[in-house]
Amino acid sequence: MARDATVGRSVPRTEACEKVAGSARYIDDLSFPGMLHGTTVRSTVPAGEILAVHFDFDTGGFTIVDAGDIPGRNVVAAIADDQPCLAEGVVRHVAEPIVLLAHENRERLAAARVRVEYRPGTANFDAASSTQVFKAITIDKGDLARGFAAADVVVEGEYRVGHQEHVYIEPNGVIAVPSGSGVTVYGSLQCPYYVHRALRTLLGLPADKVRVVQAETGGGFGGKEEYPSIIAGHACLLALKSGRPVKLVYGRAEDMLATTKRHPGVIRHRTGATKDGRLTALEIDVLLDGGAYTTLSPVVLSRGVLHACGPYRCDHVRVTGRVVMTNTPPNGAFRGFGAPQTEFAMEVQMERLAETLGLDPVRVREVNALRPGDTTATGQRIGRDCSALRVLREAVKRTDFRRRRRALAGTNRGLGLALFLHGAGFTGSGEVRLASRASLELTRRGARIRVASTEIGQGARTTLAQIVADALGLPLEAVEVHQPDTAAVPDSGPTVASRTCMVVGGLLARCARDMKAALAGRTPAEYLRRHGPLVITKQYEPPPGISFDEETYRGDAYATYAWACDVAEVELDPDTYEVRPVRMTAVHEFGRPINPVLATGQIEGGTAQGIGYALLEEVVMRDGRMANARMTDYQVPTTMDTPPIDVVIVENRYRHGPFGAKGVGEIPFDGVAPAIVNAIRHLGVDIRSLPATPEKIFEALDKGGGPVSGGRRRAEGGRTNACDSA
Amino acid sequence: MKRLLDVLREDCGLTGTKEGCGEGECGACTVLIDGRAINSCLVPFGQVCGARVVTIEGLRGRHPLQRAFVREGGSQCGICTPGMVLAAAALPRGATFDDVRRGLAGNICRCTGYEAIYRAIQSAGKPARRRAGLAKAAKPKGRR
Amino acid sequence: MKTAVSTLELVEPRSLADAMRLLTGRPPLVPLAGCTDLFVSLNAGVPPAVRYLNLWSLDELRHIRMRGDLLSIGALATFSDLIGSPLVARRLPILASAAREVGAVQIQNRGTLGGNIVNASPAGDSLPVLAAADAVLVLRSLEGTRRVPFSAFYTGYRRTVMRPDELLVAVEISPVEGRQWFRKVGTRAAQAVSKVVMAAIRSPHPRIAFGSVAPTVVRVPRTEAVLASEGSIEEAQAALQTEIQPIDDLRSTAAYRRRVAANLLAAFWRQTGSKETRT
Repeated sequence: MARDATVGRSVPRTEACEKVAGSARYIDDLSFPGMLHGTTVRSTVPAGEILAVHFDFDTGGFTIVDAGDIPGRNVVAAIADDQPCLAEGVVRHVAEPIVLLAHENRERLAAARVRVEYRPGTANFDAASSTQVFKAITIDKGDLARGFAAADVVVEGEYRVGHQEHVYIEPNGVIAVPSGSGVTVYGSLQCPYYVHRALRTLLGLPADKVRVVQAETGGGFGGKEEYPSIIAGHACLLALKSGRPVKLVYGRAEDMLATTKRHPGVIRHRTGATKDGRLTALEIDVLLDGGAYTTLSPVVLSRGVLHACGPYRCDHVRVTGRVVMTNTPPNGAFRGFGAPQTEFAMEVQMERLAETLGLDPVRVREVNALRPGDTTATGQRIGRDCSALRVLREAVKRTDFRRRRRALAGTNRGLGLALFLHGAGFTGSGEVRLASRASLELTRRGARIRVASTEIGQGARTTLAQIVADALGLPLEAVEVHQPDTAAVPDSGPTVASRTCMVVGGLLARCARDMKAALAGRTPAEYLRRHGPLVITKQYEPPPGISFDEETYRGDAYATYAWACDVAEVELDPDTYEVRPVRMTAVHEFGRPINPVLATGQIEGGTAQGIGYALLEEVVMRDGRMANARMTDYQVPTTMDTPPIDVVIVENRYRHGPFGAKGVGEIPFDGVAPAIVNAIRHLGVDIRSLPATPEKIFEALDKGGGPVSGGRRRAEGGRTNACDSA
Repeated sequence: MKRLLDVLREDCGLTGTKEGCGEGECGACTVLIDGRAINSCLVPFGQVCGARVVTIEGLRGRHPLQRAFVREGGSQCGICTPGMVLAAAALPRGATFDDVRRGLAGNICRCTGYEAIYRAIQSAGKPARRRAGLAKAAKPKGRR
Repeated sequence: MKTAVSTLELVEPRSLADAMRLLTGRPPLVPLAGCTDLFVSLNAGVPPAVRYLNLWSLDELRHIRMRGDLLSIGALATFSDLIGSPLVARRLPILASAAREVGAVQIQNRGTLGGNIVNASPAGDSLPVLAAADAVLVLRSLEGTRRVPFSAFYTGYRRTVMRPDELLVAVEISPVEGRQWFRKVGTRAAQAVSKVVMAAIRSPHPRIAFGSVAPTVVRVPRTEAVLASEGSIEEAQAALQTEIQPIDDLRSTAAYRRRVAANLLAAFWRQTGSKETRT
């Protein structure tokens, strides 16, 4: 095997210089001649019929678009095609788009008053009582009755998680430019081919008349996975009707109000275990709120139920899940994609199991953690690419967990942990269906990568180039990455699901090996002179022996998994009930890092985002509308809210990943909230829902007793707010 | 009453300063006005008369902080980076680590968890961190 | 930016006297200083007015100096000015503490004490400090100068005794005896709106003020009287509950605010008491 030249080294990201200089160009930095600005008129009621639309302004110079202007089909093409691009006669959620306006002058656009008359209908905001099920899934293993019969204890619990808003610092934005009989869209987006497909349907255009180009993107986290199909569709409709380029960029409030969020849910557990903590029966029910339309909810539910048992083995399992309709803005992809919700529930349930049995929380995880040879709830046999025990033991050692927990008992600090996993890539059959392709083009200097994978901050541009450079045996500078442009790159699948490095990187590694063989020792320039152009394209092939049945939910759900253990130390302020994280430790195994700084960045960033989910971020819904849709009122962590984050990377090279790599984009988020809540539980506060706000902690202490102000000793130092004047 | 942010981006063509929220919360629009870090989305251009305004372009890509951000991975998606670099540049000499945290509390980053930003600031010669940051990769026992 | 700024007017006064003259004109001008509140409304498309008076260049409103034994702080002093002022550190260090809790450094560099006062939010971070210190507000107009005690300044939710032709020019702080105490409980550790904010000065006659627990900032005289007459902290906490009216809102709940206010009162008493009691 060739010596790793850049793989495993922290080379600076390829576009770092532009980003620090402020010269990287995001959508709102771009302009086209004759460009108009667009805006979206949205529903103010959660359900009802549209009776009339009144334009209470001088419409001269305006381009106005409604559902009647749609040349193709009025759908946002996704899984179920039930979502209109523009509401036609009926609205099903607040902020549903109804009419689009464009004008040259932004002030006239902002002043344009459109009044919609509705006949309000009945809105349902309660997922539990919703009868419209987008998707239901059941996973069965063994015989639950036998499992419970073998149990010494049965623990029941209900866990609730709220919405979460992405708050990418760059809001959604696109520019649509009509060209000939087609259109080109530049966008802040993760998946150019998702948008391409949606636009073909909406505009009734053939593939070669629609072009989607990704601009530098200021954060995605899943919020720019499927949503851009809608904003791009809107911009295209305005562009085609006016014949001019149209820029459509959301303000922060509109972005928070109208775009997708993490699915809220209720997860119920009934767990049977022996008195030494071994799981005998897992009965889990998952209810997710999908909002008003299907969008990606079936896939979120799928990942949610497939992760509902966490990294544990159990012979008798039943997981039932459903995702349902409510009259709220549709929920969608967000880092973790169903796994954070169900793994939160599982990890707090495990903690309660330990509490009930009087066992130490590490022991209960050790007894049940999957080991090579065990099977999951879907019957997947776990191989040597499993590190559940290893990350647990490393985290325990690193934090001196048991001793520190004993030392903190009775103080205002708590220590908790969570053990978790994340399947890399789509489910087995999902990747086969995607049939992703990657191309590598020989250039005079080296090679040019042509993939649809997008750089959204995670470092994909750099890590893919590192993989190709090493596989070709060329320096990194010899490898370019083509801008993701559907006119120039094949469909490599979406930049989601922790798949980019493993799946697309894997395809590129295969391309590079073939290219290297074709070069047979010649330089690229020599080859081109002698033979002319060379482009190698590869299509996804699943690892051998992986198969999953989506009807029965049995088999190998994911080709491989990443494994992690997080430990959280928190401090409770007994006067204000605020919990602040004092230290986070994150031990992760994801094969191996292609670029340690970039991988560490994913872990640190995902951990901070998880702290927000655990403690700070609450979407307040009132009558189906986000009432706190401003950054002032929806709080993400600042520097003052995040503690030191100690990252430990454990290697376990994955034989089917490029240079042994799996995926790391999402797993850092999955286990943070349960680690923090379990630390809060260590303080004696019974929290079972997110976010664990001071108000909830106050209520839990007030109801359940437990020491409040003054009843516990401070672990280290204390805070005084007294000032002495001179 | 045009905002300083819009004058910079539109009239001056300096698009390095970004708009993330329009509320003075995210800090992506931070510029230096007479050496102080200020949210340009909340400043009417009429109040800047006679002041010295420095945008990210003014650092010319050669400031020690910019080089440090490149080396240490202080920038991921990059949209908060111009504001973050300027806020860091405005930190006083002799700032402690706690001063750095407080001085950057008005710049939200959703990507990094701030750790790499602290490493970059330290490496650019500002204050000592409480602890070293970077991960160690543990070698597996017994390679196949 | 959702407001048509080209339809707005920013009027530039040549001097403080000129500013006061302009304020008597019609239609009325809204004074504008650091813009950290006003421009948020403009950006959101809800401008409070069409014509504004730019105070930013009026340096005579920017001082922090002694006037006899009064500390006089100009209305245009920014939160950063307050944090950096040795005079504030000496006379009223809890004002600097409050200033450090406002937003973050970018907001502190622009937000002014005058703006915080005139904005009249019940959650204004500096207001409990000024209430506890019995600050005096100096208002000027063409008709002359009047001094209004802070306790008489607010008449209701976001309402003050100021006339449209008046400008707040300075805040005066008399000598303060006793240990000073301040705590803001926000929605997160920085850049936070307060859920409960308390300032207090401990002396034989304690002075205690709260924000975010009533339509305006409030002093709590019954609570103060209990402590002055050496009542127990529990009695003081009970009195406190009769003097605050917190609500449930986007950020927090009335129940939480009531309990936390009581806890802060106890913390104040504990931390400013004799040296040995530090739980």
